[in-house]
Amino acid sequence: MTLADLKRGQQGIITDVSSIHIPLKLLEMGCLPGNLVELVQVAPFADPMYLNINGTHLAIRKETAIHIIIETAHE
Amino acid sequence: MSKQINVALIGNPNTGKTSVFNALTGLNQKVGNYPGITVEKKEGICKLPRGVKAHIIDLPGTYSLNASSLDENVVIELLLNKNDKDYPDVAVVVSDVENLKRNLLLFTQIKDLKIPTILVINMADRMEYKGISLNLDHLEEELKTKIALVSTRKNKGIDKLKELIATHKELSVEPCLDASSIDKAYFDNLRKAFPNQLLYKLWLVITQDVNFGKTDRTTFDKVEDFKTKSKADLKRLQQKETIKRYQFINETLKEGQSIDLKSAKDLRIKLDRILTHKVWGYLIFGIILLTIFQAIYDWSSIPMDFIDSSFASLSEWTKNTLPEGAFTNLLAEGIISGLGGIVIFIPQIAFLFLFISILEESGYMSRVVFLMDRIMRRFGLSGKSVVPLISGTACAIPAIMATRNIESWKERLITILVTPFTTCSARLPVYLIIIALVIPEGRVLGLSYQALTLMLLYLIGFGAAVGSAWILNKILKIKSKSFFVVEMPNYKLPLFKNVALTVLEKTKAFVFGAGKIILAISIVLWFLASYGPGDDFNNAENIVTEEYASESLSQIELEQKIASHKLEHSFIGIAGHAIEPAIRPLGYDWKIGIAIVSSFAAREVFVGTLATIYSVGSDEEETIKNRMAGEVNPILGGPLFNFASGISLLLFYAFAMQCMSTLAIVKKETNSWKWPMYQLVIMSAFAYLVALIAFQVLK
Repeated sequence: MTLADLKRGQQGIITDVSSIHIPLKLLEMGCLPGNLVELVQVAPFADPMYLNINGTHLAIRKETAIHIIIETAHE
Repeated sequence: MSKQINVALIGNPNTGKTSVFNALTGLNQKVGNYPGITVEKKEGICKLPRGVKAHIIDLPGTYSLNASSLDENVVIELLLNKNDKDYPDVAVVVSDVENLKRNLLLFTQIKDLKIPTILVINMADRMEYKGISLNLDHLEEELKTKIALVSTRKNKGIDKLKELIATHKELSVEPCLDASSIDKAYFDNLRKAFPNQLLYKLWLVITQDVNFGKTDRTTFDKVEDFKTKSKADLKRLQQKETIKRYQFINETLKEGQSIDLKSAKDLRIKLDRILTHKVWGYLIFGIILLTIFQAIYDWSSIPMDFIDSSFASLSEWTKNTLPEGAFTNLLAEGIISGLGGIVIFIPQIAFLFLFISILEESGYMSRVVFLMDRIMRRFGLSGKSVVPLISGTACAIPAIMATRNIESWKERLITILVTPFTTCSARLPVYLIIIALVIPEGRVLGLSYQALTLMLLYLIGFGAAVGSAWILNKILKIKSKSFFVVEMPNYKLPLFKNVALTVLEKTKAFVFGAGKIILAISIVLWFLASYGPGDDFNNAENIVTEEYASESLSQIELEQKIASHKLEHSFIGIAGHAIEPAIRPLGYDWKIGIAIVSSFAAREVFVGTLATIYSVGSDEEETIKNRMAGEVNPILGGPLFNFASGISLLLFYAFAMQCMSTLAIVKKETNSWKWPMYQLVIMSAFAYLVALIAFQVLK
């Protein structure tokens, strides 16, 4: 599944990012394989998405989120 | 000047870097531009222990040395160029205790440039609240640096920081990451080709798309081997580098930092639940905007009335005190009236910047970006366009510069093109005086009609911006990839010092920037209005006296007739009459025409121009507003500024592109005269049309 499939409040672990589609800036802000990601809030139409990646809070668009592959985290 | 050292303040956005800068320099700071580009350059002087003086540069906030915008380029260009006069003797990296992990990424990059580096861990007052504890000794050892734990809010740790800067010679310059571990074969090659260069520096020069001027770039062009890696390959290596850096940071923080999540409190979650809510979020944003406009209107009216009457008396006093003559007239009627036209807007501009800087400082502006992105995208804009559009209410110039962090070129271009529609502070003077003349006083639901009109004008400005963006989005055929990454910082109570300094600095920029133009134009206008060609002007006394010889006019009435005859036949009167046919259908006379023409230099000139024109020949103490209220329409009779012509004038100013500085900045940011010329012609033609329709319908 991708980050775009996450529901509000759900968490996941990033397993892969397609580096061609993802700006370096996002990687540098912590969007890297192995890191925990939580969907904090969504704007209307689930876009953009307000995330907590590895302690950094940021918002990205859905079109970027579909290039970030995740696994759901089990508590 | 014997012992002055260069200090560069570097840090991620939202780390309180500017607070640290303000704490170090206080009022000893100035804001300028980097040569050739319009990136703001903040620098200041700080006295250190042991008689050392530090020249401190507050570099633009950046997340990493891999620059993705013009502002970020400034940082890397300075750090790579040892010959730059501002090249730092010591770098101070400011980090936020709550985002230490991410902030350290930039820190490790700077360390790898072998620049002596001090780490500031800011917002230390939040540690207990967030359940964070730090092992500073461990961190200093692992990061090979000295750390100052600072709280600008509580004014703690600044002395320690000053001490560390003064003793910067003791800092280690050992790097954090061995660059060659990114890709051994590749970097070994690089080392062989450039044995005397720092590997990481070479790597930065290779991977950056920026022009580094003299910095080593030319040497690469000779050795083509190092450009053979494809862009995608280079990016993969950059990703690997980033992962390596985070591995190092995680390792360091494992023992250096512990967070007790149980004792952590999070106000952010509670606030965000409301402020970014699908319904409440938008409602609250609307209420905030409404409050701002009501406040600008109501709160600043008292100081404005005071300034208005003070300048009128000052002009009167000058005339009565100094000996009669051309110089006295120039001073009283040209310069003092012109100055009054600038000073009167200080209260409103200060209030506007007060609110904008509070919204920025508190972290709320990012929530607005988040809320608005989807809506703005429908019009070809980005959520980040909201910041330029809102700061456009202050001035289009910084607003257009603020578009630089919009990643997509198409979204950015559209934002640049439509931003001048938002109601900038230069329109405010025009709006205020006309609203005061043609909109009745009175209130509905506690809001004054005049404030509501003003709010409506702001909405019209936004509407025009968004509407034209929608059209441009359909017309412009530009393919560009759009990335959208916005940090959502923690909510913070704005620091009084930061807000006050921003207000002071922006108001100063308005007074001295716009003020110079206004003053110059006022003086020119005074000359044009005080002198004229031919007999009609120079012999006005005789002509008028003869003409009215049969009527028994009082001395004052006669003088007024002479003055108005003179004005009509002065240079400015002749020019005004020449354009009158074009503007008469809009409900304006030739005097307004002059004001409109001169406001193509800058809109705020409008009021100053009318002040200059109207005060010529008048001996009575009168304020500009009263003078305008007394004007009579020469053709239709009745007051010149009535509801129809007032609305027409308001709409003309709402849409017309009247600002040379904006055109210049658009040219600079789009790198072509094409876009500013389109703006000038299309916006002004549209303004004329709307004003024409409004007057013809309402009259």
